[in-house]
This record gives sequence, C-alpha cells and structure tokens, in this order.
Amino acid sequence: MNPGDTAWVLASAALVMLMTPGLAFFYGGMVSSKSVLNMLMMNFITLGVVGVLWLVYGYSESFGDGAYGGGWFGRIVGGLHNAFLSHTQGTLAGPKGDQIPTLSFVMFQLMFAVITPALISGSIADRTKFWSWVLFVSVWVTIVYFPVAHWVFSFDGFTGVSDVGGWIANKLKAFDFAGGTAVHINAGAAGLALALVLGKRKGWPKNVARPHNVPHVLLGAALLWFGWYGFNAGSALAAGDLASVAFTTTTIATGAALLGWIVVEQFRDGKPTTLGAASGAIAGLVAITPACGYVDPMGALVIGIAAGVICALAVGLKYKLGFDDSLDVVGVHLFGGIVGTLLIGFFADASVNPSGGGNGLFHGGGWNQMWRQAVAAGSVLVYSFVFAFIIGWIINKTIGFRVSAEAEISGIDEAEHAESAYEFTGPTGTRTSVSAPPPPVPATAAAAGKGSLS
Amino acid sequence: MKLVTAIVKPFTLDDVKAALEQLGLLGMTVSEVRGYGRQKGHTEVYRGAEYQVDFVAKLRIEVLVEDEVADRTVDAVVTAARTGRIGDGKVWVTPVDTVVRVRTGERGVDAL
Repeated sequence: MNPGDTAWVLASAALVMLMTPGLAFFYGGMVSSKSVLNMLMMNFITLGVVGVLWLVYGYSESFGDGAYGGGWFGRIVGGLHNAFLSHTQGTLAGPKGDQIPTLSFVMFQLMFAVITPALISGSIADRTKFWSWVLFVSVWVTIVYFPVAHWVFSFDGFTGVSDVGGWIANKLKAFDFAGGTAVHINAGAAGLALALVLGKRKGWPKNVARPHNVPHVLLGAALLWFGWYGFNAGSALAAGDLASVAFTTTTIATGAALLGWIVVEQFRDGKPTTLGAASGAIAGLVAITPACGYVDPMGALVIGIAAGVICALAVGLKYKLGFDDSLDVVGVHLFGGIVGTLLIGFFADASVNPSGGGNGLFHGGGWNQMWRQAVAAGSVLVYSFVFAFIIGWIINKTIGFRVSAEAEISGIDEAEHAESAYEFTGPTGTRTSVSAPPPPVPATAAAAGKGSLS
Repeated sequence: MKLVTAIVKPFTLDDVKAALEQLGLLGMTVSEVRGYGRQKGHTEVYRGAEYQVDFVAKLRIEVLVEDEVADRTVDAVVTAARTGRIGDGKVWVTPVDTVVRVRTGERGVDAL
C-alpha cells in the first residue's frame, strides 16, 4: 500500500463530497426565493440516497470484481461480488507501487455517483415533486449511472486480478480522465430528457423569476472549483506527476473558460455578468474533466476558451428549440462534456500521460483517437437520454413528476417542504405546533382565540 | 391638518430628512416601495436572456403637518429630492380629518 497515494485519494474524496452542496448553492442562487430550498434538497438528498445504494449494490455494479467470468456482459456491468461492500476491507486496489486500500477508492467513486444525478436537477427546477425526484434518482443511478461508470471508469484488474472492466475503458479505449462522458454528458442528456418529460414552467419563457441570489451562485461555483481539484487531480489515484498535470490543466482551462464566457457577453449583451463568470468557470471545469490527464497546459487553454465560448452560446438554444432546461444543464454540462471529450481527439499528448495516454490529431496520432472519443460520447448520450426519458415518463404517468399549477405559483418550498428560505417580512404568524408549545399566554388572551398561522 | 406624501429616489432620503428637520418638523414615516412612472424600469441580462425589471425601488415619505406649513414642506421636499433627471418622483398633499397621539390620547394639532 502507498500511504502518500492513500492520503491524496481520501482527501480528494472529501473535496468531491463538497461539490454536491456547492452545486446546491450554485443552482439554488439561480432559482427564485420561493424554490431555493427545494433546489438545495434535490441536490443534498443524493448524498443520502446514492450513499445507501452505493453500499447495497452500487459500488459492486460499477466496480465489482470477477464479473461473469470475463464474458461480454461483464463489460456492461460489474458483478455482485462486492454487494454490501463485502470483500472491500483489508484489500488493495490499483497498480503495483500505487496501491491504495479498496475502501478509499470506494469512497472516492461514491462522491462521483452522488454528484452526477444532482447535476440533472437543474433542468427541472421550480416544478418537481420531491419524492418523485428521489425515486428517479434511485432508478436512474441503478440503470444508467452505475453501468456507465463501469464502462468508463472500471479498468481491467484494478480492484483484483480477475476484475473485468467496462467496454469504453478497456475495448474502445476512449480517454475520459475524470468523467466527461460518465458524469457530464450522462447528466446533461438525462437533464434534457427530464426537461422534455416535465415540460415548461408556467409562463416560460416570458414570466420566469430572475436569479434570487447571484452571490450564492458565485459562492457555489467557487466551492465547485475547489472540490473539482479532488475530482480531476484525484482521478490520477496517485499523488504524483499526473495529479499535478491534472491540477494545472484544470486551473488553466477554468480560468480561460471564465474569460471566454464573459467576452461573449460583452460583445453580445454589452456587459460582463457575475452569473456569466460563474457559468463560464463551470463550463471550463466540465470540459477539462475528461481531458485533464491527457493534454498539456496549452491544450487546456484551447479547451477552456472553446468551452467558455461554445457554452455561452449554447445556453440560448433552449429558447430557439423551446425546451425549459431551467438552469442550463444541457448548455453547460452536455455541451461542455462533448467539447472536452471530442477535443481530446485533437489535443491528446502521450508525453503527458506515458502509462495510459495517447496522441491526438495535433500530436501525430491521426484521427484514431477522435473516433473513439466520438463513439464514447455518442453512446453515453443516447443511452442516458433514452433511459432517463423512459424512467421519467413512467414516473410522470404513475405517481406524477410535477407539482400542481397552484403549488408552482405559490412556491414549491411551501408546497413540498412546508418551509420558507428567508424571513425578511416581519411578523407573519405564531407557532401552533403541539410538540413544541409556545410560552404560556395570559388567560384572557388564550381564551380570545388560537394562533393565526395556518 | 395635511398629510404630505412624497415618492422619491432612495439616495435623496438624507437630504429630504435634513430639509424637513430645518422646518422644525418632528417626525416622518419612511417605507420602501416599488413602482414606475415615466422612468419605466430597466433591463437585466441573465445568461443572455433579457429580464425586464418593471418596478423601480423608491422611498415613500409621509409627514403630518399643520395646514400653514404644508406648502413649505412640499417645497422643502421638492428642493431636496430634485436631481433634474427622469424618475425624481412626486409629492402630493391630502387633507386629514383627525390625528390622535396613541400614548396620550391628544387629538388634532396637539397630536402632531
């Protein structure tokens, strides 16, 4: 076991954990003050739901050892050898010299499984029934995320000598360092499907509330950026040169995308916005995610600028095509993921990653890597979109996926959670709960009537 | 007695308050309000999508005065709140039947 690598992977897992609440604030600031709690909850709940499913079968479905004797089915999903995290304590994962305890890998990968469904929630803000969302997350990770993580992240022999990995990582050999396909294209395609299943909000696109707290958006984006170092540099699964490369490329691409987005805004709208700067940074983080361990810093610069400019333009598509992707999961995550995944085909540089990388078109590798990248991106996009649509459609037809029109207008926080985020309006009522009785009042006042909160 | 009501730009409050104090007025009520007149609102842009803000933030200042002070009160507010640009607001005067001081029960001019 390598203690240095272990320390870095555990620290990275904690960094990636912080991304989900960071995302909650990034999204939460963009919705109205009547639906911010629902947005926070749709994100935060994934730590609970996916955490439990990961223990029961999720980890095993993604990375389980010894699947199906090495047959083709083992390329699609992991085996149940590690259900309930059995055989994960006291064992090691990774190549010789960089081995880490299997449980540290289990926890690192859990945080990816947590944030991916959380990303989807942005496309259906302000109108989603909370328990229907929880059901969707449970089914979608089971049918879509866990298998796709196996396709992309599970390498042959990583968790044991008989470990059979997924088809994208081992057969197609597409490059996805930290999840451009498995996380971002996956979530973006599912977000598009759910936006179509749930339909437009009342009044969209004319009468929709503006972001209620832009400082929260920037705070959330900053927390995401911070956590993303665990996501990208942590994906090296070793504290060494490759982690340092990923850290560097992540920083450069994110800064470049931030600039790219606000320059587009300056030319198109006349002003650079805070929301644009935050969005540009996220677009850059998304695009560099698959590429961060395969390209050099100059490649990262180009990928970042491309992501900032393309995503800034892509967020306008929903108005042209008429789908209400509330917080631009498609424009940022689907487009950003595709940009990063495909540009690897141009900018991959084998000298950056001698053990697992290769050369793209601009480094003498021809089109060989490009078609692999395109097949990986297209496969995940179609698979996720189709199954997210089917799962969402069934939920919508049975228990319903949308709150009532009244609840949508009066505010989803009140309707779904019986809470309001902010109390700025002065006296509005008295406490009426019997489990927490209010202080005693004089007999005459008590006789005059009950509390007025209802 | 008169009620002088003024809708003014929020940043002029200190000047208006100072002008009213110079007249010897002993109180005022201020509330934050929104509205539009000829100024209309302004446009904000979020991720390229324009958002029209129709209602502009203003302050409503209310002062109760004796009849003979009303004109000077109006003049003081107008002078203090004027910038000469669109959106400076309005001032109007309405007659008041009765005023009661809650603490003492005094009525009419004594309650001012």
